Amino acid sequence: MSINWKHYELQEGFYDELISSPGNPRVPARQLANYLNSLTEEEIQSRKLAAESTIKDMGVSFTVYSEGENIDRAWPFDIVPRIISAQQWEKTAAGLRQRLKALNMFIDDLYHEQNIIKDGVIPEFVLKQSKNYRPECEGVNPRFGVWAHICGTDLVRDGDGQFYVLEDNLRVPSGVSYMLENRSIMKRVLPEVFEKVSIAPVGDYPEALFNMLASLSPRQNGSPVVVVLTPGIFNSAYFEHAFLAQRMGAELVEGSDLVVGKDDCVYMKTISGLERVDVIYRRIDDMFLDPEVFEPESVLGVPGLMRAWRKGKVALANAPGAGVADDKVVYAYVPDIIRYYLNEEPLIPNVETYLCYDDKQREYVLDNLDKLVVKPANESGGYGMLVGPHSTKKEREQFAELIKANPRNYIAQPTLALSTAPTLVGRSKVEPRHLDLRPFILQGESTYVTTGGLTRVAMKKGSLVVNSSQGGGSKDTWIVDTSAGKA
Amino acid sequence: MLSKVAERVYWAARYLERVESTARMLSIYDTLLFDLPRQVNLGWYNLIVINSLEQDFNERYSVQDERNVVKFLVGDDTNPSSIVTSLKAIRENIRTTRDVIPADTWELVNELSQYVQDHLQQGINRRDRHEFLGNVISACQQIIGLWQVNMPRDSAWEMLKLGQNLERADMTTRNLDAATAAIMQIEDDDFAVNSQQIIWGNVLRSLSADQPYRRAMRSSVKAPLVCSFLLTDQRFPRSVEYCLNHMIQGVKALPRAEKIIADIRKLHKTVTDRAEDSAPGPEMREALNDLQISLQYLHFSISRTWFLNDQEQLAVAQ
Repeated sequence: MSINWKHYELQEGFYDELISSPGNPRVPARQLANYLNSLTEEEIQSRKLAAESTIKDMGVSFTVYSEGENIDRAWPFDIVPRIISAQQWEKTAAGLRQRLKALNMFIDDLYHEQNIIKDGVIPEFVLKQSKNYRPECEGVNPRFGVWAHICGTDLVRDGDGQFYVLEDNLRVPSGVSYMLENRSIMKRVLPEVFEKVSIAPVGDYPEALFNMLASLSPRQNGSPVVVVLTPGIFNSAYFEHAFLAQRMGAELVEGSDLVVGKDDCVYMKTISGLERVDVIYRRIDDMFLDPEVFEPESVLGVPGLMRAWRKGKVALANAPGAGVADDKVVYAYVPDIIRYYLNEEPLIPNVETYLCYDDKQREYVLDNLDKLVVKPANESGGYGMLVGPHSTKKEREQFAELIKANPRNYIAQPTLALSTAPTLVGRSKVEPRHLDLRPFILQGESTYVTTGGLTRVAMKKGSLVVNSSQGGGSKDTWIVDTSAGKA
Repeated sequence: MLSKVAERVYWAARYLERVESTARMLSIYDTLLFDLPRQVNLGWYNLIVINSLEQDFNERYSVQDERNVVKFLVGDDTNPSSIVTSLKAIRENIRTTRDVIPADTWELVNELSQYVQDHLQQGINRRDRHEFLGNVISACQQIIGLWQVNMPRDSAWEMLKLGQNLERADMTTRNLDAATAAIMQIEDDDFAVNSQQIIWGNVLRSLSADQPYRRAMRSSVKAPLVCSFLLTDQRFPRSVEYCLNHMIQGVKALPRAEKIIADIRKLHKTVTDRAEDSAPGPEMREALNDLQISLQYLHFSISRTWFLNDQEQLAVAQ
């Protein structure tokens, strides 16, 4: 039995990415839906196996990382792609650019004049109590005034089909390598569809990343030396660090490969001696960057790195302290931040957010814990959350205590009707599963947005949690141009 | 090239060479023992002596028999030179240097490690050992072949070759030393000449030098000729001199190689001087021992020059 879209059980109140009503695919998904429909059960099964063996082939090289506790690679992959029309994506991409631009102006302001606080747009204590504000960064002037060079922004679609920003990841966002890998898997699994449909390519990301990093170099003569700084093989994202270094032709270094000289320049140890490094794409958290300034016990970082950066001898991406804007309380203010710095209306709305430090909003949150999602302000990866509708009374009581004890540290959002997409279940049945989207945005001299991004899908029926650490999977994301005539 | 990457590549090659020579040594050792007259008192423990592993072995086993020796050399993870430990070291080094080594290496090394893990018992039982060791040797050669045909001749390649040649030179001196020691144990009786032949023949086979020796020397197996061949032959890739010559050739392509070249040249001279007098005996053993120490110093020198960067680091950091 092949896939019959008439039997696809759309969920009431949820937006589906591919199917508008039973039997009716959305325009950009029409070709794909027809093609999948033309396959027999055996053919679908063999495509699925092809995907699995492709992952395994590439994955032979990843298995080693899962020997420890790498969760990312056990990530299931679904062969039905998620499709967004090019027209809609263009608008979304513009919104993402706008957002990162404003966030960077905000961070730069916080480490200099703090006008946004003086002007009363953001209350001072939000900043004072932020775990990610780094006084060590005050007065530093990174090139182009940009602090967050690489941003992974999580987007969700609500029941109305509108994209909302769920959170901005400005510290060391990961996942872009999976976006690239997913595409190479799909090209092998459904080549016929690639012939018929004009699917925008995603492969230029490493190039764009390299150009952005190179534009940050303090020495603007010829070819700057760019390195990727990894905490090492035991980090769960090590695969991605190695992947990006390789694709960019940059050296993959650990802290012990670098040394800061008395001239405050950063050098890497090579067989030809010490070679000066211009730009460091660091995949290490702020606190481990420099034992002289932050965590003194850190062996991952480089003593003197902050000194080198402050003196402008080396560029760090993302800049230390950029995470101050990666805070769920700050998040609630982003629409105001965009208006304040750019004098524009936000192109992509925020999810409605209740700030628990505000007496009135907190009261509402405590009264409605069973309907809301409560998140700590400074965590990522879906940890320490309360999903109201799925919680027990005891959990809600616990969270009520936590919120009362430290209101600044909690925000709450309504439970979202996360959009769905058809996902292969069993041999040839498709069922809706919830998903989100993480595009990656770059800002240096100019800005860049990935074509689509990484689609994460909750593989469990009804589940809304897409994080890889919590049993999520992924899909390829297609930006399809329907105007070109090919689709 | 990052110093750390250079160091890892160098060690990957050394360990791979070690796995192959250990497998080869084990795979022909039983034939040697079968051939020797029963009066000759040469046991499996000799293999432990060749590899200077007496202390590690004796901490672990009290009986110096075949089973324990083979177990120790193949599958013991407390032995720093066992096949299992060496493979582990190769994997550690390869997985962090995959950007400079052909990508398939990783897969092949994984497969080999997996094979060894799954068939350890087969390696220890005498009946299946040949097949097991044969497979290990082929897998090593496959990896070396992959490097040979696919790698650009860049710094990573030179580091691989350097590690390989140094380990080979070291292994050859160990084999010679072991044979010399064994010969010295043989009592001067009716069996002596025959036993000497068998032992030297075994050394040649152990280094895959049997055929090349016969073709180069046009002679039957004679102690001084075997020693001279294994020390100074210009064409045989496991002779000490060949390894040293190729190390000099190779490091010329690396930066800051002057001191290393001088060190190797000095070593080279001691080898050629020594080869003039190649009669097995206590002096020979002492010379081989000195040679091994010199190779060890050469390693330190390589490490100081390319891996550590200590001096520069001090110069800029103070």
